[in-house]
Amino acid sequence: MTRSLRSRIALGRCLIIVAALWALPGLARAAGLSLPAVVDAGQAFTIPLEGSGQATFYLLGPDHVAKRTVSLGSDLRILSKDVRTAGRYQVILCGSSSSCTSATFEVKAAQPEQLSFFLHPSRVPVSTPDSIDATAFVFDQYFNLVLTPSAVDFQVTPANGAGFSRRVSAQHGVAWMRMDSTPHEGRVQVAAVLGKVEEARVIQQVAAEACGLRMKAMPNGNTVTLETDPVRDCSGNALPDGTVVSFTKVDKKGKSTVDTPIKKGVARVQFSLHGPAQISIACGVVLGNEVALNGKL
Amino acid sequence: MKWGLAAFLTIATVILVGIAWLQSGGLQHHEMLAAATPEEAVRALMSQIQSHNFQQAFASLDPSSDMDLASFVREMAGSDGSLRTYSSLQSADVSPLHADRDQAVVRVRMNWSSALGSIDDVWDLHVRRDGSVWRVVWPKPAFSTVPPQVVAVNYLQWNVIGRNISQNWGAQDVDSPKVRITSMNAISRPGRVVILGEVENEDTVPAYLNVNATLLKADGSPLEEEGSFDLISHVLLPKQVSPYRIDFPGVRMDAVKSVRMDARALLVPASADPVIAVSDQALSKDGLNRNVLKGELVNESGRPVNIAQVLAAYYDDLGKVIWVSDGYVDQALMPQVPVPFAVDIPDDIAGRLKNYRVTVNHYSQVSN
Repeated sequence: MTRSLRSRIALGRCLIIVAALWALPGLARAAGLSLPAVVDAGQAFTIPLEGSGQATFYLLGPDHVAKRTVSLGSDLRILSKDVRTAGRYQVILCGSSSSCTSATFEVKAAQPEQLSFFLHPSRVPVSTPDSIDATAFVFDQYFNLVLTPSAVDFQVTPANGAGFSRRVSAQHGVAWMRMDSTPHEGRVQVAAVLGKVEEARVIQQVAAEACGLRMKAMPNGNTVTLETDPVRDCSGNALPDGTVVSFTKVDKKGKSTVDTPIKKGVARVQFSLHGPAQISIACGVVLGNEVALNGKL
Repeated sequence: MKWGLAAFLTIATVILVGIAWLQSGGLQHHEMLAAATPEEAVRALMSQIQSHNFQQAFASLDPSSDMDLASFVREMAGSDGSLRTYSSLQSADVSPLHADRDQAVVRVRMNWSSALGSIDDVWDLHVRRDGSVWRVVWPKPAFSTVPPQVVAVNYLQWNVIGRNISQNWGAQDVDSPKVRITSMNAISRPGRVVILGEVENEDTVPAYLNVNATLLKADGSPLEEEGSFDLISHVLLPKQVSPYRIDFPGVRMDAVKSVRMDARALLVPASADPVIAVSDQALSKDGLNRNVLKGELVNESGRPVNIAQVLAAYYDDLGKVIWVSDGYVDQALMPQVPVPFAVDIPDDIAGRLKNYRVTVNHYSQVSN
């Protein structure tokens, strides 16, 4: 017998032994452990143990491992705290003869009891299509994502005007909707409701770009005071105080600019005059009217 | 032996006194008192200013200079936490412009080394003969003051209350401000590529902003990445627009296939005060015949602005940003007092620009 043939036979024997070791737990499971295939998270249950004497019990879960010495011939109680996390668990029972049996079971999320709710963005310009995203994640009391379909109500309550509600079925634990911002500025409350669970968020609808920006000139000797009309967007919402308005004056001494914030709804600035002057106004990228002064004020 | 020791001690004493005299600026003082030409007088004066010997420098001025020591020191050493207080005179180049028997005009180009880089200052000084020496006639500084008054400031201020980190995932938070790059232009300059343009805060809250650019090669891999550093107004109030410029030294334009821009904004507390007006802006030439944009800054608030930076964007006839330049003002902006500024414009840009826009960055030591 050649050396190569002998080594092939040895390799074959090793493979057979490894295969037997892998198959043994399956055979033992069929013979010794009787488990429910699926249990709810946090639900205690019992495993009847056959035989007599002592054995060592192992529970291998997604987030922890438990080890206990148990008496064969009685029921083994799996505690609620041992199966709080959804996922696949393995049970191994090793007797005194060093033979082990094992089995697996699935823990699925319990009834929906928690919502994580994302409302994006926290500020949005008025009258913007598809600008608001509401996304709710459905969890059980142990924060396992509930994968079975459940109905989530999105209740939208604007500061002005009628509210509305939209029911969305959660798929794979996620319910979401997209909606337009309304034409009026102010707070909009959006709540995600699932049974008795309600999570509310607030979104601030703010004025959009300035629209019809206009200023008027009030001459006084060698100076002119320029004041805007109340600065509003195209839906009539007032731009918030602090918004910067740029005034530009061009006269024979050159160009003068002042970036001034809106205060109490209007922006105001004072320029000294040196002959005829051309004054323009802008807010961001929006241009307003122009005023021509002949310098004889 | 005895006489030798005495001679040695005498010589050593004389040498030490001589060293002390030199170190105390005696040589400059002597030069100043014995300035035989207008240039020597100005050089000696600059040397004293460089050594912070303001008293001796003031003593050497021509008596016709209509000023006092305090004003001279204030002008040269700075005050009110201005950039000049963080600066020192690095060098002074002196060149004669005009001279006759008793009068002369000398141009001095002072280079100040400051905490924010070097600053050039060009003065034309009158020098007058006083017997056998020449003395500088120092121009009277124009320190404007405003009458004592109470300035009511009621501009908006924004404070931010962020999310409590102990709250659950998904808890309510406030978003970062929305900003938008409204224009971008890539240009080739000698020895570098420059990305410039404008950015707007589109939101209703203030933003702290950084603009970064990544130059990409033809295969899409990054060639170089840079940020706008101080060539931008980092804090933008709602609807405020700032120019930005990003320099890529040592990069050639033909190596760049495309540019990836990234504007990142953070929500920060801010105040709408102070408002700084930029008046009487005009294109002109400075004493060295360089193209500059000149004007005046007027702090319309009631508290001083210690350090101001002028940012200027230049546009061509199509409204495209073709250059962005900046300059720091080394005087503090006192309330209601106009302070002049000038920023350089490259010659080739000056020939093409049709319009410009100036914004001001500011820093104040006292914050509300």
